Amino acid sequence: MVDDLAARFEHTVASEARIEPRDWMPDGYRRTLIRQIAQHAHSEIIGMQPEGNWISRAPSLRRKAILLAKVQDEAGHGLYLYAATETLGADRGELTEKLIDGKQKYSSIFNYPTLTFADMGVIGWLVDGAAICNQVPLCRTSYGPYARAMIRICKEESFHQRQGYELLMTMMRGTQAQRDMVQDAVDRWWWPSLMMFGPPDEESSNTEQSMAWRIKRNTNDELRQKYVDMSMPQAAKLGVTFPDPELKWNPERGHHDFGQPDWEEFWQVVGGHGPCNSQRVAHRRKAHEDGAWVREAAAAHAAKARRSQEGVA
Amino acid sequence: MSTSWPLWEVFVRGKRGLNHVHVGSLHAPDAEMAVRNARDVYTRRNEGVSIWVVPAEAITASSPDEKDPFFEPSGDKVYRHPTFYAIPEDVPHL
Repeated sequence: MVDDLAARFEHTVASEARIEPRDWMPDGYRRTLIRQIAQHAHSEIIGMQPEGNWISRAPSLRRKAILLAKVQDEAGHGLYLYAATETLGADRGELTEKLIDGKQKYSSIFNYPTLTFADMGVIGWLVDGAAICNQVPLCRTSYGPYARAMIRICKEESFHQRQGYELLMTMMRGTQAQRDMVQDAVDRWWWPSLMMFGPPDEESSNTEQSMAWRIKRNTNDELRQKYVDMSMPQAAKLGVTFPDPELKWNPERGHHDFGQPDWEEFWQVVGGHGPCNSQRVAHRRKAHEDGAWVREAAAAHAAKARRSQEGVA
Repeated sequence: MSTSWPLWEVFVRGKRGLNHVHVGSLHAPDAEMAVRNARDVYTRRNEGVSIWVVPAEAITASSPDEKDPFFEPSGDKVYRHPTFYAIPEDVPHL
């Protein structure tokens, strides 16, 4: 019986059809998806903080409105993704508890500080650019609700990246101090952006099974290469350089060669020892705990309204 | 928290003339808040002109199985499709 179900699952995945919530699926598939989607949801929610940092200090009303809209989108993306995990039987409240207890991870990029307003531009261009590279193939991931969430997210990410690049173009047309600020931000965010694709393929423990299940569609190194190739002409047009002496076009491969990020640093940050890990989680915990009375009050109000309606009826 | 806030399924009508389509789900304490939250989560860019929210537990669904015998009655009735009927090519408007 289980063999039968497993065969049908394999067939559905192999034929590029989607697995839907009530289909039979292997436990490992369900577990992997919950872990991956929750991690992605947590990243969106924690990702609100580095940019939220600058909302009150945006240099103009225009930039402030843009930043607000972007951070609001990130909250929305987190919610699409938490909703997708719930179709797999996860509980959003429990996932939030796991995040603030440090039992589940989020993208290590958000553990770096945002030191200047140029960081808002570079996050949009490079960090969201890397996110898009990761996310576009996930629009074809084998689990239906995840794929649909990713389609919505990718549509909205395009605004995020473009506003960032536009912000940087504006600064590059400004004073020398502003141009230096942009280059400094690029220097700080380049390597962490490359780390967003995860460890090299030979060290990525989950890749093989996830590719077989078509949860993941490309390896970490494939996506990293694609990202470097895409970013180079954008940097040239902007007038900035990336802090990598090994970075150059290789006509034989038809790709850019590039150096490796400091993977030691990556594992340190993943392990909780990045510049802002404890601050990010503490802030999320405080927001969650400070909001408890609102959740309780809304539930009490709804219960009271229901009772009085039943009383009338 | 999510144990006390029920789950709602959200349906959005993209524009007049189209059906409401399922877009996702969310938690909210009551129907009114569910509609407000759905507006903020699912229609930030003019994706809709009308929203329905339905308590997830109120939905009754058929089995998800593609080969479900439930759908079998329509499988062998090819005569329900216009292409079942051979009509000479020179008969117009048919």
